Amino acid sequence: MSPTTAPAAAGTATTEAPVLLDVRGLRVDYGQPGDPLLAVRDVDLQIRRGEVLGIAGESGSGKTTLITALLRLQRPPARTTAGTALLHPRPGQDGPPVDLLTASRRELRALRWERLSVVFQSAMNALNPVHRLESQFIDTLAAHRRMSRTDARAHAHHLLELVGIPASRARSYPHELSGGMRQRATIALALACEPDLVVMDEPTTAVDVVMQRQILAQVQRLQAEFGFAIVFITHDFSLLLEIADRLAIMYGGRIVETGTPAELAGDPRHHYTAGLRDSFPPLRGPLVPLRGIPGSPPDLRTAGIGCSFADRCAGAQEDCRSTVPPLFVEGSRAHACLHPVGTPAPSSPGGRP
Amino acid sequence: MTSPTDERPTDERSAGRPVPARRADDRPVLAARDVTVHFPTKGGAVHALDGVSLALHRGRTHAVVGESGSGKSTLARTLALVQQPTAGTVELHGAPVEAARRRRQRREFAATVQLVLQDPFSSLNPLHPVRYLLSRPLLLHRPKMPAEQLETEMLQLLERVALVPARRFLDARPHELSGGQRQRVAIARALAVRPDVILGDELISMLDVSLRLEVLNLLATLRDEEGLAMLYITHDIATARYFADEITVLYAGEVVETGSGEDVTQTPAHPYTRLLVESSPDPSPESLAAGPGGDGERPRADAVAAEPPDLISPPSGCRFHPRCPLARPRCAEASPPSVEVDDGHRARCWALTDDEQYQRGSAA
Repeated sequence: MSPTTAPAAAGTATTEAPVLLDVRGLRVDYGQPGDPLLAVRDVDLQIRRGEVLGIAGESGSGKTTLITALLRLQRPPARTTAGTALLHPRPGQDGPPVDLLTASRRELRALRWERLSVVFQSAMNALNPVHRLESQFIDTLAAHRRMSRTDARAHAHHLLELVGIPASRARSYPHELSGGMRQRATIALALACEPDLVVMDEPTTAVDVVMQRQILAQVQRLQAEFGFAIVFITHDFSLLLEIADRLAIMYGGRIVETGTPAELAGDPRHHYTAGLRDSFPPLRGPLVPLRGIPGSPPDLRTAGIGCSFADRCAGAQEDCRSTVPPLFVEGSRAHACLHPVGTPAPSSPGGRP
Repeated sequence: MTSPTDERPTDERSAGRPVPARRADDRPVLAARDVTVHFPTKGGAVHALDGVSLALHRGRTHAVVGESGSGKSTLARTLALVQQPTAGTVELHGAPVEAARRRRQRREFAATVQLVLQDPFSSLNPLHPVRYLLSRPLLLHRPKMPAEQLETEMLQLLERVALVPARRFLDARPHELSGGQRQRVAIARALAVRPDVILGDELISMLDVSLRLEVLNLLATLRDEEGLAMLYITHDIATARYFADEITVLYAGEVVETGSGEDVTQTPAHPYTRLLVESSPDPSPESLAAGPGGDGERPRADAVAAEPPDLISPPSGCRFHPRCPLARPRCAEASPPSVEVDDGHRARCWALTDDEQYQRGSAA
């Protein structure tokens, strides 16, 4: 329990590592032609090799829409109407980057599992309920690695053991496993072909905190070993502060702030980030009254002009309702706020207790 | 078995909210005494709760924390008389209440104790406007209410849960409201019968994170200003610390620890509570300074098997012993007694006792 400082885990190099995925101007529309409903608006995002990028946002903020667009898993009526997402080749491998948003089905098939994989919130839905656990690994490995079934089975057992599932459970059906085991199995499956990027969409939301901690510790250990990058999506800002190298905060379909956990927790610039931080009561230290964020999440149908957080924002001014704030870059961090936290405002104090 | 939540003096809290003075004669409004609930199945009885005691006091919040399957919701349902205990009693104002099968008895009980459920998306009938949802309990419990008074009472209820302008919300249907607003309608509906007790079962966990504290703060205001007794069922020990005066930790259907919110979270006595506290995300500046890569600083959570116990044949002795870093042979033999580690702070663990057999045994 003592808050002794532990040395940061290895592999947290972020700024120096080469860019793995470079997203520019991504826009996703759920509306009809002529009647747009933008769930993701002009998102720019860079993911570097081996880093953990946390994307925090509430329901409707666009975080899942963003990654289903990037992974080309989106379903109508969602349409990607603008943007590029360049996946750069592995170091030492030649070739131009691939734009995930325009890649052909054939190109995508070569990239999935091999370079990109995904872990969803509901492991029960991600695993096929009528197949034994190991056969789902064998199918993947046989399709992508041309392994014999015997080799694939041995490798499947190895992968399961990496996440703490004994080989004796490999012939279980998904329903015979606990929720935590199923989620760990889907993580092992995502790592089967040693991808460069693993997208995790609320991977621990459905499990208890003790299991969550165990899964995260395993993921961090595996990441240190294999060096894959992680995009970790969750509404749990406090969890991201602990596990991410870099954070992106989404609100109303936009990225409103990016930075390191220490920057966003210690000195948030966007009022939404500050409010989000103050929505999680601390487990240690003094207890102070927290307010959460007043008001309701934005309605994407009516959003458009101005900052979508203006209606709930303590620091909002006239221009916030008429100007969409661009992303202001300040060194390694960025924010999309015209009157950031800590700047003097005539109508309201900027800082929070 | 002694009740771990019997009368005890007011404990000081460091929370930044006023603590209502607790009178010495403060009898619990609602209490569970040695409640056991077993669910029969083909494979044997599921031990959902075993010998659980808990008391709710006027103007105070009692949080019940535990993992899925620990019996939290069964306890709330038992206190609401929705679930009949296999053994033990539920006491209202000190008198045992029998499972009120008759409609009139049920209604009397429901006028005192109201249960608010987790999911405001399914607990409010989507076909009806808020007006109808609120008028039902008002008319059911006070059938002769004139129309104007009904209207006034409904508006007052909405104002009490900060849904203003109330008139605008009266004719809204659930789908027009955000999750936080819906949950406030559910709370207003519970308040309509002027209860003494609100039982909240995970009542913020379905809400967007930015809306959760508003609902908790609203409940805290109702508790402090109107003296409501509250049960707060949660899996999130950080919000339990924020909102509750006392915390009871359940593990596999048994109480393992109970005490003031500060004692239980800052100096947890039971190994399971410690595991829970250490596993919970904590955005405090101290833990942030440690940086990412939590496995170095949190050895215990990873070292201990995280699989929850089988409740049909729960582990012998202390039910936590298969996962416990302090487990010794004694722990598998007998259930540990409740030990008072501090004033009003109790835990059930052999390591807290001077039991000779435990002390002699070597670590498993």
